[in-house]
This record gives sequence, structure tokens and C-alpha cells, in this order.
Amino acid sequence: MNESSTPHRQLSDPETWLAQHGDALYRYAYFRLRDRAQAEDLVQETLIAALQARQGFAGRSSERTWLIGILKNKLVDYLRKSVRERPLAELAGTESEIDALFDANDDDHWKKPPADWANPTQALEQKQFWKIFIECIEALPVRQAQAFSLCELEGLEGEEACKVLGIATTNLWVMMHRARLRLRECLEAHWFGQGAR
Amino acid sequence: MLTCKQTARLVSMSYDKRLSWRERLGVRLHLLACDACRNFTRQMRFLREATQRFAREQPETDNRVRLAPEAIERIARVLERHGQGTG
Repeated sequence: MNESSTPHRQLSDPETWLAQHGDALYRYAYFRLRDRAQAEDLVQETLIAALQARQGFAGRSSERTWLIGILKNKLVDYLRKSVRERPLAELAGTESEIDALFDANDDDHWKKPPADWANPTQALEQKQFWKIFIECIEALPVRQAQAFSLCELEGLEGEEACKVLGIATTNLWVMMHRARLRLRECLEAHWFGQGAR
Repeated sequence: MLTCKQTARLVSMSYDKRLSWRERLGVRLHLLACDACRNFTRQMRFLREATQRFAREQPETDNRVRLAPEAIERIARVLERHGQGTG
């Protein structure tokens, strides 16, 4: 290995990667896919790819960040494949689920109007809030969670996310809207409830 | 005048694409008159902020979520095979 040319960070011994980063990589994948076997496979693929790519590590990021970067690409590839094999079944009822939140007999007003979350950003500093935030994302139906992860966490552009998920943009918007409505509801019920005026 | 249902959809959509000026105007007019949708709009802003923070800092998700011992063993074996070729 060429050690002298990397003045920045160095990679640790690959044999220690699994012990050092295995759980973190697994958690990252599992949270986004919600499938244990697939998340395990992705950890394996990521570490193999990292092994093969380690000469190219430029030392600009930490080892963990570098590995997560590889995992992200694997994750998007995996979603693309899995969606091709099993198209989005959850789309069908989504529109009517949204409709149900509004009162068609009363000009489509909110049945349960969103409350005023006084000073919400304070929550971001609290550990307990993140626990609930994660639980709310985990409570989303799988496909909504995957769409939400792709667009909001991995930062894919809408069009790119649609290609990965194999859906039309209008469908993505509906799914994202539904996911946001659910998250809003969940956070209001479990976090902002007490503080709501 | 837009309904709450239409307004909520456009506000949400504004995070996925750029709204037309007509849509933006419709939303703004509705928000002037509607507390619930104003709250919703603020909540969406907060949700985006929280999500971006989450994506950036990756606060530990549930620590109890760990690789199963069998998986660790299996992956270790596979890595060993791959390591022999390159290492």
C-alpha cells in the first residue's frame, strides 16, 4: 500500500471494519429498507466494495463517512431492483386516505386542524425528540418510508427518485404528501401534543 | 379560493417541485385567512428542517438494532475470502 501519499486520514485495517462499523452500517440500511436480510446483504456488499476500492480512499472524509457513501449507492441500486420486481402496491389507497383527513361536506376543511407547535426548533436539541422522530418514520408504510428516505434523507431529486421507485412524478408527490401528513400527525400526537395551544 | 385540502397539497408539493406563480398566489391568499393551514405550513417547514438535520448528523437510530451474530460470522467469512485476493 502507498502510505506516504495520503497526508490526510488513513483507513484502519479492513479486518476491523466489520467490528467497528458493522452495526452502524446495518442500522443505516435497516432504517431505510426495513428488511433485516436485505440490510445484512447490503452491509456485506458495502464492505466488499470498500475492500476493493480502498486504494482510492483520498482521506477527505472519515472512514465511517466513506463507508456510508458506498452504502448509499448500494441502497439506491437495491431499491431500484426491488421495485422492479415488486411494483408499488401501496399507491392505490393513498388518495382516499388523504381525502379522509378533510371534510368533504364542509368545503374540504381539515377534520382535525393542525395545531400551533410553539417553538418547535427547541425540540431538535432534545434526545427524546429524535427517538420519537425515528419512531414516526418507522411507523410509515414501507414504500412511503422508502420514498421519503430517498427524497428527504438521501437528497435525490424528484425525477431521479421516481426512476428508482418506478413511478410517475404525480404519484411520488401523492406519496410524499401522504408521508408528510402522517409524520405531522405522529409528531403532533407524540411530541407536540402537550405544548399545543 | 383554494380549499384546505388543495392548499395542504400545494404546500407539501412545494418541497418537491417549484410551484407556478398562480399556485403560490392561491396558497398565499388561503393562508391569510386560515390558521390551520398556516400551522400546517410551519409544521412542514419544521419537518424539512428536522429531516435535514437528521440526514446530516445521523443521530443514532435505535441502538438495539444490531447485526445478528450469525450475520457477523457470515459476512466475516465472505470478507476473508475477498481479502485474500487483494490483501
